[in-house]
Amino acid sequence: MSVFLAVLRRDLLLAWRGRADLLVALAFFVIVASLFPFGVGAEPNQLRAIGPGVVWVAALLASLLALPRMFSQDFEAGVLEQLLLSPEPAVLWVGAKILAHWLATGLPLVLISPLLGLMYGLDGDARLVLAASLLVGTPILSLLGAIGAALTLGLRGAGSLLALLVLPLFVPVLVFGAGAVDAFAGGMGVSAQFSLLGAGVLASAALVPFACVAALRLAAE
Amino acid sequence: MPAMLQARQLACLRGDRLLFRKLDLTVKAGELWRIAGANGMGKTSLLRQLCGLRHLDQGEVCWQGESITDCRERFHAGLLYLGHAPNLNDLLSPLENLLFACQAQGLPVSPAACESALQRIGLSAALHLPARLLSQGQRRRVSLARLFLAEAQPLWLLDEPFTALDVAAVAELAAVLDAHCAGGGAVVFSSHQDAGFATPLKSLNVEDFAP
Repeated sequence: MSVFLAVLRRDLLLAWRGRADLLVALAFFVIVASLFPFGVGAEPNQLRAIGPGVVWVAALLASLLALPRMFSQDFEAGVLEQLLLSPEPAVLWVGAKILAHWLATGLPLVLISPLLGLMYGLDGDARLVLAASLLVGTPILSLLGAIGAALTLGLRGAGSLLALLVLPLFVPVLVFGAGAVDAFAGGMGVSAQFSLLGAGVLASAALVPFACVAALRLAAE
Repeated sequence: MPAMLQARQLACLRGDRLLFRKLDLTVKAGELWRIAGANGMGKTSLLRQLCGLRHLDQGEVCWQGESITDCRERFHAGLLYLGHAPNLNDLLSPLENLLFACQAQGLPVSPAACESALQRIGLSAALHLPARLLSQGQRRRVSLARLFLAEAQPLWLLDEPFTALDVAAVAELAAVLDAHCAGGGAVVFSSHQDAGFATPLKSLNVEDFAP
């Protein structure tokens, strides 16, 4: 367990020292979401209808932007091979790296999303549902993305290959995440969407670290 | 006394080229081994096979008589491997890097112990600088400072530990390796240069096992 805490603390410290990179991803999120009204026109009802989907797609792209860095620095510096030689179980530190990555890149998206909801004319409760759907959904993006990041480690053109690998996997998250806000706006219950997203978080949290460790061992060879 | 580390009939393929085959190596407590061979002949590959980072194309590696795939956690608890890469993050100071390197191995090491290890290796002035400001030799020293905190690891596998070090540091490192062997540990390192050890040096040339 001490390895889990050590890796978590170190990765959060590194995220803080390299915060300019995180701000770029956050600014990218805001800019992408702000582009749509220029393209589709500023008709309020139309914006309200597309708002949740646009914010979700922008969040998806922004989290994709930060993914390649999850393991690559440690891979190049040799930290990864030292971690693979640790007597502690590798799933612990892989889990810590994914958690730290989500705290540094996923959580800020969640926190800023109500502001973007405001821009699209979503009312107060719908904005909260949007933030809540991102809160449950973005961990899945970090977890699934971690597999892609580990598989493309050390390859040429890793970034674009990573996008091809993981974007199709993100589709269900997008459907249920944006669907929850739409259902709420339409006066329906949102428990089905949130249950499915929650199940997705639990299942991927349980399985992804093992897949990641296997991919990282391959990459380290 | 059983051998600490035993490799039997190892072979290593890189792409479709066979680097070495039928390589046997038995490392006992107190022994100092040098892996020799020209560039590209498989010294690093051999060391990575011995520590379990690279898969074995043939043969097996045993730790205290048991295959390392069966006793991975016990083996890695007794192993210190320092590779080519400096194991440093540029945004962290040497002190933070060394402390994390120990924590990653599950070693309960205090910041004060890390600080004195870095002072012993001659980095007193650079303790809190970001690692990106260090020279090549200084970066090498930070990763070698790990040796002062590795009493619990009897087996050291070091890949080119002498590169980028000045003359004084080479002599000091040789003394550290001698002390480790005298204390019942074992060291396997790859190098092109001879550093003058007190311990009798055993040598293995990977080229002897080239097909």
